[in-house]
Amino acid sequence: MKKLAVKDLNKFFDAISADQLLYMPLEKGGSVNYGIYSRGDKYDPTVLHTVKSVKDVFFPQCESMASFVTAGKKFEVAPIAPVDQSFTVFGVRACDVRGMEALDKVFLSDPVDSYYAARRAHGTVISVACSAPEETCFCTAFGIDPTNPGADIQAVIAGEDILFSANTEKGIALLDKVADLLSDTDDSAADDAKASIKEILNKLPLADIDLSAWGEGKTEELFDRPEWDELCKSCLGCGTCTYVCPTCQCYDIRDYKVGDKTTRYRCWDSCMYSDFTMAAHGTNRPDKKQRFRQRFMHKLVYFPDRYGMFSCVGCGRCVAKCPVSMNIVKVIKAMGGKNNG
Amino acid sequence: MAEEHICTCHANDYIDPLLPQAAVVTNVRTDTPDVKTFRVVGKDGGICFDHMPGQCAMLTLPGVGEAMFSITSSPTNTEYKEFSIKRCGVLTDALHAMEEGQEIGIRGPYGKPFPVETAFKGQNLLFIAGGIGIAPLRSVINYVRDNRQNYGHVDVLYGSRSANDLVDYKEMCDEWMKEEDFNVYLTIDREQEGWDGHVGFVPAYLKELAFKPDCTAIICGPPIMIKFVLAALIEMGFSKTQVYTTLELKMKCGVGKCGRCNIGSKYVCKDGPVFRCDEIEELPNEY
Repeated sequence: MKKLAVKDLNKFFDAISADQLLYMPLEKGGSVNYGIYSRGDKYDPTVLHTVKSVKDVFFPQCESMASFVTAGKKFEVAPIAPVDQSFTVFGVRACDVRGMEALDKVFLSDPVDSYYAARRAHGTVISVACSAPEETCFCTAFGIDPTNPGADIQAVIAGEDILFSANTEKGIALLDKVADLLSDTDDSAADDAKASIKEILNKLPLADIDLSAWGEGKTEELFDRPEWDELCKSCLGCGTCTYVCPTCQCYDIRDYKVGDKTTRYRCWDSCMYSDFTMAAHGTNRPDKKQRFRQRFMHKLVYFPDRYGMFSCVGCGRCVAKCPVSMNIVKVIKAMGGKNNG
Repeated sequence: MAEEHICTCHANDYIDPLLPQAAVVTNVRTDTPDVKTFRVVGKDGGICFDHMPGQCAMLTLPGVGEAMFSITSSPTNTEYKEFSIKRCGVLTDALHAMEEGQEIGIRGPYGKPFPVETAFKGQNLLFIAGGIGIAPLRSVINYVRDNRQNYGHVDVLYGSRSANDLVDYKEMCDEWMKEEDFNVYLTIDREQEGWDGHVGFVPAYLKELAFKPDCTAIICGPPIMIKFVLAALIEMGFSKTQVYTTLELKMKCGVGKCGRCNIGSKYVCKDGPVFRCDEIEELPNEY
């Protein structure tokens, strides 16, 4: 295990960013999101969540894939190559690390998404344990340990120090690169810090939410439940939950045309929007109830059916951001689990 | 035949499967007042990529957009691909305005094909199509015609709104009706001057023809037709395991990732569009 004084973090950031991009949570316009570090930028360890998850780094909200050049009847495709430079992401919480596992299931399954795969291959992820989980957090319900967040390197802040341990070859290589800044230490300080975080975790109101009614093979039991009628009523269909979600991966593919040049790009989209499934012949989900149900069934039943894991990580972003306070926790509780009082 | 079908249209590894290659429209045929059939070849000639009957491709008109279409030509046609497309939206309007020589984008093939080399082999086949629903079935029918020894008796029941709306009418009359052990039954919805064939809806004609359930049935057409045809087949003694159909939903990526065509744990673009009717029954009722 390696140690660095928290006050020296900028030296660590400067060393990493000397020859590559470093993404980390940065404050801009009053909200904190992943941004590219430049010398002097401050990392605030008290910020638990970025507004948008780390998904934005690996699967950007909007990305161009190709240019089409047309001339009369002629048409040429000029592909935009995926990322080919190494980069580092610092400050990822345990829930977002699990969120990336869910995205991996989708984008790295056959046929592999080359844009996402290139970013995963070239990116080194440094996670940071949560020092102060909030009352909207329920990652522990999904078996996530926010004190052991995983990724290439995991860090925990213990008093005045930040302690690093590498989990992968990429992580070892990155710590080697900045070895001059780090000193060796044993696990005791980290263990003490984790123990005190766990005390907070045990007191969280959503920590023991019961998921036993959800998961693989539950479609028949849950799809036609009458509770959907009532639950969907307050939903505005604004899609905020899908944009802040670390696992929502639905996207649109569109063209932007200026003169004879067209840019083909893809961007995040939301199953909560009424035109999401609208085709020339109509839509298969004309009602709000159907769209509302689709999102939660997908996260809690269909995704487990297909990929063997929930695609909710309990980060609580949707709980905090929904303008009408409707959220996945209410849905989970409304339909099952006798322990969900 | 492998279960997974990976896009084979990009020789260069770093080009994402989401990107089209350029191809040329070499022929435009007007089939009906709202259906045209487009012949497409690669920029350097050829069929762009191999496919199996029932599989689909994404067609792009730059600046207008991209959509999924079934490939109506048979894989046994190694000169070009054909797409029969009904004009019904922004992109199909623009496609219908195309002239010969227009270059478009194409990527594919996508989806699971009809099991022509497995479950269909050695079977009698009953094709039931309505309107533009003939487009994907034409690929199977011509594949069967070109591999005639592998299949039993073939019946094709095809219905449309009017005689003017029958797609591929010329090919049916000139070629299909002349095949041995191969019957073509046509019907239109309402009486029409100059039409001396059958008049009436497809499900009713199907019951009239009283096919024996000793064959595999393949249905494609508007959802309401599929519903009544399936009910009629069950009534006639067919089991859902001997009936195949296709689902059609909005698609963007074609590779099971963008989320649009998701029903239950399935993605229609990747796990379909071809489904056996008992498999459809297991899906949430949202298609």
